[in-house]
Amino acid sequence: MSFIANTQEQQKQMLAQIGLSMDGLFADIPKEFLEKKFNLPDGMSEFDVRNRLADLAAKNHIDLTCFLGGGFYDHFIPSAVYAIIGRSEFYTAYTPYQPEISQGTLQAIFEYQSLICRLTEMQAANASLYDGGTALYEAMMMALRITNRNKILIDDSVNPIYRVMIHSYTKNLSIELQETKNDQGLINRKALLEKLDDNTAAVIVQNPNFFGCVDDFTDLAEAAHKKGALLIVSCYPISLGILKTPGAMGADIVTGEGQSLGLPMSFGGPYLGFMATKKDYVRKMPGRIVGRTKDNQGRTGFVLTLQAREQHIRRDKATSNICSNEALCALTALVYSSLLGKDGLKQTAQLCADKASYAWQKMTAIKGVKSRFGAKWFFNEFVLELPANAAEIAGKLIDKGFAAGFPLSRYYEGMENSLLIAVTEKRTKQQIGMLTESLEAVL
Amino acid sequence: MKLIYDKSVSGRKGVMPPSSDVPNTIHIKKEFLRSSDAKLPELSELDVVRHFTELSRRNFGVDTNFYPLGSCTMKYNPKAAERIAAYPGFAHLHPLMPQLRRGGMLTQGALEVLYDMDKFLCELTAMAGFTMQPMAGAHGELTGIMIMAAYHRDKGNKKTTVLIPDSAHGTNPASAAIAGYKVVTVPSDSEGMMDVNELKKLVNSETAGLMLTCPNTLGIFEKNIKEICDIIHSVDGLCYYDGANLNAIVGKACPGDFGFDIVHLNLHKTFATPHGGGGPGAGPVGVIQKLLDFLPVSLVVKRNDGTFALEYDRPKSIGYIAPFYGNFAIILRAYVYILMLGRDGLKAVSENAVLNANYIKEKLKDYYSLPFGQTCKHECVFSAERQMANGIHAIDIAKGLIDRGFHPPTVYFPSIVKEAIMIEPTETESRETLDMFIETMIELAKLAENEPEKLKAAPVTTPVGRLDETAAAKNVDIAEL
Repeated sequence: MSFIANTQEQQKQMLAQIGLSMDGLFADIPKEFLEKKFNLPDGMSEFDVRNRLADLAAKNHIDLTCFLGGGFYDHFIPSAVYAIIGRSEFYTAYTPYQPEISQGTLQAIFEYQSLICRLTEMQAANASLYDGGTALYEAMMMALRITNRNKILIDDSVNPIYRVMIHSYTKNLSIELQETKNDQGLINRKALLEKLDDNTAAVIVQNPNFFGCVDDFTDLAEAAHKKGALLIVSCYPISLGILKTPGAMGADIVTGEGQSLGLPMSFGGPYLGFMATKKDYVRKMPGRIVGRTKDNQGRTGFVLTLQAREQHIRRDKATSNICSNEALCALTALVYSSLLGKDGLKQTAQLCADKASYAWQKMTAIKGVKSRFGAKWFFNEFVLELPANAAEIAGKLIDKGFAAGFPLSRYYEGMENSLLIAVTEKRTKQQIGMLTESLEAVL
Repeated sequence: MKLIYDKSVSGRKGVMPPSSDVPNTIHIKKEFLRSSDAKLPELSELDVVRHFTELSRRNFGVDTNFYPLGSCTMKYNPKAAERIAAYPGFAHLHPLMPQLRRGGMLTQGALEVLYDMDKFLCELTAMAGFTMQPMAGAHGELTGIMIMAAYHRDKGNKKTTVLIPDSAHGTNPASAAIAGYKVVTVPSDSEGMMDVNELKKLVNSETAGLMLTCPNTLGIFEKNIKEICDIIHSVDGLCYYDGANLNAIVGKACPGDFGFDIVHLNLHKTFATPHGGGGPGAGPVGVIQKLLDFLPVSLVVKRNDGTFALEYDRPKSIGYIAPFYGNFAIILRAYVYILMLGRDGLKAVSENAVLNANYIKEKLKDYYSLPFGQTCKHECVFSAERQMANGIHAIDIAKGLIDRGFHPPTVYFPSIVKEAIMIEPTETESRETLDMFIETMIELAKLAENEPEKLKAAPVTTPVGRLDETAAAKNVDIAEL
């Protein structure tokens, strides 16, 4: 099965018209390179492949009730999302280099950029980046370009996965990357303000942070701006249904993981990195940007714009090397948000917070279980302090049918007994009750 | 067409979220809440479906039109892969699951897919190991250059430059620069290949490595490839293979055998995963034995008992470059593709991709100027130079094609060819389609000669005509706030 249309006979005729044999077509490749015998299986029918993959899919335990989060969440996805993004006019197209036959993709990206601005209360957004982690790295690089400085401050309440990614990307660059240790689950304001100086390009924080705690960074934005530094906020888009926006706090660059906006978890991807900024910084942004303009008859249309920032024009002087982004995931986020609409997004955020609040009350009522950070404000995720090793307890809860949460010892010292629990609108009162009972039973 | 926000009707409801079965009590103080609702549209489900259906009809895709966009490998995307990627066992799998105690055992099916892909891609490229993490081709390039840097750091080499031919994709110099290297450009010779004499002059002890596509962006196989790799290796540089053009040789020849040390592949090109209107892609990176230690964490390994596990303890690794295991659902689609095609199917891919490209080249060479006339591989690059005498440029040919139902080839790239028209038909197109395209290209060449003004007016069949891109860049209007 190779999906090739031309018959052997047609191939022969075409070769005859070219005047070469098939071997002749490859005669420019040194013969020694063409001798390899590939140790690969024979092709399979669709029927057989589907059976094989169904067997593999069955080995993945999606039957566990999911209270895992950590920046990646099990949200409800309406059927209409699948129907729309399943239209192959969208998914079999490529980057809209020819605008006249890509108005569908281009207008959708323009609407998506508008969506990100409306969610974050920022003024400009790009067409997408790979994921929340690379988006945060790109934001950091953008801040270095804007300020022409080389020091970055980041609090360890920012997703640890993103922090290790940033460390990897900056290994070969001369950037001073300083981390502060969180203060009881919130950013370490004192340490950040102490380290903030005239060489600081940006301060990086997250809301809600990795522990689920909610904050307002308005004071930090003011302090950063006084020193000529930028504030970068990584955020969780569903939470913006109810939470104070990074724009309202005075953030300069906002990034985040868009997976929660209608994308399945798919074992880590494809996801969606989003980025928004202030109007003044548009020309420093990485990635594709779609703009609205007119055609030769005065009709409104959309094009890729500000391409002079990009790799295919600027090569080694480009703002980023990104070419393919996550366009279909951006479309998914737009479709999802449009289907939920103004009320739907707010209700979804409210439900997540309600259910997390309920779960927190139930679970902290268990004898020996405490809230790790006291009664701090949280959105849909919170940290429990268990009377025993959290990884062990989470292991025991797998046997009871739960992916109960994420043990924090993997990334944080002194948090061996801490378990990060996420609750989305999909979790029911009954499931929360059962997890509470099971947790009590295994302690 | 109106924006979705302009269709909003106050009070109209869309999809209903799940019902609430808990008390309405959040644990957030009022000052932390947003002051006004996010301005999302208020529409019915049908309103939304119809809006996006209408938008979709303003697009050309591979499923609707021949799409010979050079360098992008717009082949058919098999539907079986879409169906399998949606299996709940894959789609609903949380990526943190393996990090729970014995969690790897909860995700054996997904890990097996990743493990098998590593082995398949190694076999197809003659590499020793792959990371699946890079989320697109350019991301793979950056990863590869980071591996290059880690190798030199580990050896104590002082290297500052990366060599890149003038015909390269723009992502190559951008990736090298972002990884901290200075880019040195190597010119092409009169045959469209890397100028080996110039290369020799440019290589020195500062050379960290070379980035190259082969066949190159002119669709020409670098006949001196082995010598080129030897020259780079002589100064302990590494050779990086940009796999954008692997479709020309997949199942026939391996970049590792040519002398390359690091390879990235574009699964959305060679392995038929959908381009998605600009992504998501996947850009796995493979390396030879001596570079294995530098691959990102984590890697999937097979234990003696036949089960699969993720290995995190990799002290020399460049670290995490993606949050998890890459764009898993894309890797899965490519896996399905490789299983369906198998050894012989993959060989047929490159053979027919090359056959189709040469067929077009042969049929059009009397009508368009062909700067490099030798046998091409998966794509051929013409120039609209001849048409310029009548004031017709490559872009006018492109717009004329649009009116006749074809997605245009890539134009103005590679930039070393004036007025470039880069045609990549791919193997899945039938002779009948190719013949229609050829006839149309000939018709346009004649039109350029006889009635050039008609071509200047194209396209006239689309919802909008040629758009004012200069105005778009000047009066930046990128969001409806």
